[in-house]
Amino acid sequence: MIKVKNLTKKFGSHLSLDDVSCNFNKSDSVALMGANGAGKTTLIRSILGYYHPDGGEVLINGLNPIKERTEVLKNISFVPQLPPPIKLSIEELMHYISVSADVDKELIKHYANEMKLDISANLNKSFFKLSGGMKQKLLIAISLAKESNIIIYDEPTANLDPKARDDFYRLLSKNSEEKTLLFVTHRLEEVKELVNRQIYMDMGKVVSDEIF
Amino acid sequence: MKNLYLIAYLDLKESIRAKWFLVYSLVFGGLIALFFIAGVTESQVMGFSGLSRLLLMYIQITIVILPIFILITTVRSISGDRDNHILEYMLSFPISLKQYYWGKIIGRFITVYIPVLFAMIIAILYGAMKGADIPWSIFFLYTGLLFSLSSTFLGIAFFISSFVKSSEVALGIAFFIWIFLLAFIDIALISLMMQQRFNEGFIIFIAMINPMELFRVAAISLFDPELTVMGPVAFYILDLMSQKGFVLLSIAYPLLLGILFAWFGYTIFKRKDLV
Repeated sequence: MIKVKNLTKKFGSHLSLDDVSCNFNKSDSVALMGANGAGKTTLIRSILGYYHPDGGEVLINGLNPIKERTEVLKNISFVPQLPPPIKLSIEELMHYISVSADVDKELIKHYANEMKLDISANLNKSFFKLSGGMKQKLLIAISLAKESNIIIYDEPTANLDPKARDDFYRLLSKNSEEKTLLFVTHRLEEVKELVNRQIYMDMGKVVSDEIF
Repeated sequence: MKNLYLIAYLDLKESIRAKWFLVYSLVFGGLIALFFIAGVTESQVMGFSGLSRLLLMYIQITIVILPIFILITTVRSISGDRDNHILEYMLSFPISLKQYYWGKIIGRFITVYIPVLFAMIIAILYGAMKGADIPWSIFFLYTGLLFSLSSTFLGIAFFISSFVKSSEVALGIAFFIWIFLLAFIDIALISLMMQQRFNEGFIIFIAMINPMELFRVAAISLFDPELTVMGPVAFYILDLMSQKGFVLLSIAYPLLLGILFAWFGYTIFKRKDLV
């Protein structure tokens, strides 16, 4: 499903990804781990087609995420580590997502409710005015409502309280069958129940790849 | 196309809510109101009176403030989104880079052009209510000139925004470009060239490739077709082309310049790392 082949990415003289090769298949649920600066986020962003590699390639279902970004991104849901300060209202953000990615707004509301987030009362509120936890819950709800085959989470529970984390893991375990899940995380114990594979990165390389 | 309109529509909505848009609209609307309160339409200076006089003053002020307003409000549109990770999230949805970039430009163009145009329309309506003669030809030509001047600076702003990594640097470059085109070419470059006895035709060419200078001369030519207030420079221009040809050039050239800069910006945007 995701094929990373000899991927190298430099920023100036800094080598962020050094000849990385790995495949992520259907039903893989992967914890991507490593110290700060190990190259986890660079790898994720390369999969999303944000970076032009200095060497190697990424293929998603055989497609290049830079050249065929719209086709590739139809199948990917992504939640960043920190919710961005989007100034659109929640209604407008949902409109953007429903038009661009053909996501049902009612489904977003459904998952938001499951995450104990009442968005109906906040539809006209700017996204950036929500609390950190509320923003994160909404982004998670959107990621699930998109019903993608590939779900990428970069530290998704950083802003969530323990109850919300439980809700998140419960929803994810119900909705992750036959999908590829990638978690960037520093705490394996939090996602241990959900993952079946652990990749450890250091200095831009994959140093261990274990399947449970 | 639906995604292009979607981006334009959302950028427009977001901009209209922003504080800068309120200030921007108040400045241009306020200028017109101030002119009426100050009795500009009743005054007569250098033979210009009524609404013509008001529009002349409006255009003189607009030439200074419109470019800097457009530059500082637009130059951060992409670099700012990149800076605070909005781009990272918004572009994780299946929107092509072409739709995103050009959608932003369309949305922002409407935002910056509408208040300027509305201020002129308000002036015309108020003038008509007062029973003043309406200088339609000047109104339409100013509308065209402002359209093309807005395009130039919007194009330049998006060009800067596409390659600059931080929005502070983008602001710095924008301010430099504004001051360079507003004053530096006149004060430093041309006077230096005159001192060094460069060919006059070359000096005038340098001045005329500056869209702000071209706008200024075109605005004068609407009231003074012979460009007498400009002295001997008028001969160079009017020997080369007719007054109508010059006005058309003043609309077409900045428009083309804006599209070119916007296109270069897009080329950079799609070839560079997005975040």
